[in-house]
Amino acid sequence: MIPGDGIGPEISAAVKQIFAAAKAPIEWEDVDVTPTFDKYGRSTIPEAAKESINSTKIALKGPLGTPIGKGHPSLNLTLRKTFDLFANVRPCRSIVGYKTPYDNVDTVLIRENTEGEYCGVEHEVVPGVVQSIKLITRDASMRVANYAFEMARSTGRKRVTAVHKANIMKMSDGLFLECCQEVASRYPDIEFEEQLLDKTCLLITEDPTQFDVLVMPNLYGDILSDLSAGLIGGLGLTPSGNIGAGGIAMFEAVHGTAPDIAGQDKANPTALVLSSVMMLRHMNLGDFADRIESAILATIAEGKTLTGDLGGKSRCSEFTKAVCERL
Amino acid sequence: ANSGLTKYGGRRTVTLIPGDGVGPELTAAVQRVFKGMRAPIDFEEIAFHGTDDNAVEKVQEAITSLRRNGVGLKGVLSTPRGRATRKSLNMQLRTELDLYANVILCKSPEGMDTRHKGVDVVVVRQNTEAEYTGLEHEISPGVVESLKVISREESIRIAKFAFDYAQRNGRKKVTAVHKANIMKQGDGLFLKCCKEISALYPDIVFEPMIVDNTSMQLVSKPQQFDVMVTPNLYGNIIGNIGAGLVGGAGMVAGFNVGYDFAVFEPGARQAGDIVAGKPSVSPVGMLSSAALMLQHLGMDTYAAALQKALDEVVQEGVVRTKDMGGDSTTEDFTDAILAKVAV
Ligand SMILES: Nc1ncnc2c1ncn2[C@@H]1O[C@H](COP(=O)(O)OP(=O)(O)OP(=O)(O)O)[C@@H](O)[C@H]1O
Ligand SMILES: Nc1ncnc2c1ncn2[C@@H]1O[C@H](COP(=O)(O)OP(=O)(O)OP(=O)(O)O)[C@@H](O)[C@H]1O
Ligand SMILES: [Mg+2]
Ligand SMILES: [Mg+2]
Repeated sequence: MIPGDGIGPEISAAVKQIFAAAKAPIEWEDVDVTPTFDKYGRSTIPEAAKESINSTKIALKGPLGTPIGKGHPSLNLTLRKTFDLFANVRPCRSIVGYKTPYDNVDTVLIRENTEGEYCGVEHEVVPGVVQSIKLITRDASMRVANYAFEMARSTGRKRVTAVHKANIMKMSDGLFLECCQEVASRYPDIEFEEQLLDKTCLLITEDPTQFDVLVMPNLYGDILSDLSAGLIGGLGLTPSGNIGAGGIAMFEAVHGTAPDIAGQDKANPTALVLSSVMMLRHMNLGDFADRIESAILATIAEGKTLTGDLGGKSRCSEFTKAVCERL
Repeated sequence: ANSGLTKYGGRRTVTLIPGDGVGPELTAAVQRVFKGMRAPIDFEEIAFHGTDDNAVEKVQEAITSLRRNGVGLKGVLSTPRGRATRKSLNMQLRTELDLYANVILCKSPEGMDTRHKGVDVVVVRQNTEAEYTGLEHEISPGVVESLKVISREESIRIAKFAFDYAQRNGRKKVTAVHKANIMKQGDGLFLKCCKEISALYPDIVFEPMIVDNTSMQLVSKPQQFDVMVTPNLYGNIIGNIGAGLVGGAGMVAGFNVGYDFAVFEPGARQAGDIVAGKPSVSPVGMLSSAALMLQHLGMDTYAAALQKALDEVVQEGVVRTKDMGGDSTTEDFTDAILAKVAV
């Protein structure tokens, strides 16, 4: 467990209480990931945290603040690199009891997490002209595509849509698309669809219920997964998982540290709780996952103890207590 | 910049590129309406599909025609996908004519039951550089690099355009959409240029916003946005989210403009494999683009009459195409407009 910064400790505490109430067979090992520097001056996460995650192979992570302008890359990025977390999985499901303009959303977006536009290679060619490099590799594209189809099959989903811009970025997105096509041919039971990014943006805004599983390069995934969160009510509600190459998986809320409400017992723990539900499923503890999920969704649907972001007046601790009582 | 262009007896010649997909149906609607209202426009038509063998030559012909006429009306041109296919003809047209700004108008149609109400967003999109440069190479088998190029010159130019647009149209706020936290240099430069220009317009609120957050805000609280200025790809994204908010690809108007030339086209630029072949796609966005074209040519009376007819027919709600939630055809809708504007 990486409790994290800002509202992190409050929402992680909520998860622990809820797990205790559900008698989920999980022992938490708290670790601190505040970066240390190696002998080359590069930021790394502390050895103890690395050891813990390498041995448990599974982590639940609260939000981490990224100090701006202090010269080290974001901690999230460091974690991603350290454990080779290549796929970011973001399910998005409408929550009964929290009304938005969109009903019955039920998608899973899978974002390539290691390369693309986020490779960080940029330079100024001549004064006033900057080049940023987007890197697409066959290896990374294949493994994320493989993951998407495998996930679709094992969770009983019907269709995978590959989102790309291969009419413009013909070689890079073209390569990504080719990999998806190749993998798709090995999964005849899963319907495969390829779609231009702009069309996906248009259609998902018009009617998100027509989508099932989506897989895409890094930047598009970043944008479309936030958009999807917007469809169902925003940051307080959306979980995510990061799948690593060495069998490691790290689950986290999509939101940040929320410094404006940190330490005030106002945060909504739902996103982290739903992330922990994903974690339980990943650990084949589906029964516990189902119970916790039903309890938290029922608490929201009932509408009596809602946190501020959902228009209620309850505290994080009150909401958590209500969930525990149901369990 | 338009002085010295072809003009006979108060009439203007406009280049017409029907294109493919839904393009020809939409431009045909404009032609019928213009004829009915006796708009003093003559079309010089260059018809071809993006998939034609001679498409590249045809685009050159269109570019020559546009250089002569200064103004064009265009459907959509499809672009093949994947490695080893030809570059986008749309991009060729835009870069050769230096149509550096793409404007997409996303406004909730009055009287139509859309998911979101009261949206009125104008997306000003850089139209020629960044992700669309087509500079790509395979460094080693299975490893491809794509270059995104952002320049100070283009960023300043598009920012200036956006703020000017805001000022001329009584808009209050300009949101610059970026991802400068990740692409610190590239998007950082874009953002810096927008900030610099914003200082020259103290009456207009300037707000930078990260592209993923912007997308989330757009589908949850779209009413907060006014004018948005974006690098190329984010404009493609934001423009299509915008279209989705106000009733779909058929409903938004748009145009491409530079110092010397202007080309009017549907705002969402969807080739319409969604709707092509079905005689029921909304021509509202295309006709609205045509009205903007008339305005651009100084034919304000015609422009206003056409836009008014569009607003009324949409509001009345009797004639609606499938994508607008009705069962009329594109022709029926065009007839309804004609009934209001014909002289
Ligand atoms: N779990 C939550 N419960 C309630 N409100 C939240 C929650 N998470 C985020 N918010 C609210 O959403 C807004 C954005 O939050 P977020 O933490 O992502 O911001 P941020 O400034 O980007 O933080 P960071 O710098 O850590 O990424 C804040 O106003 C915050 O209060
Ligand atoms: N082969 C195709 N099949 C179906 N639709 C296509 C095809 N090629 C392009 N389109 C659609 O037509 C639009 C215009 O094509 P093109 O690739 O030239 O894009 P553009 O207009 O230059 O750029 P952008 O789409 O980014 O605005 C695309 O956005 C896409 O929606
Ligand atoms: Mg994001
Ligand atoms: Mg944040």
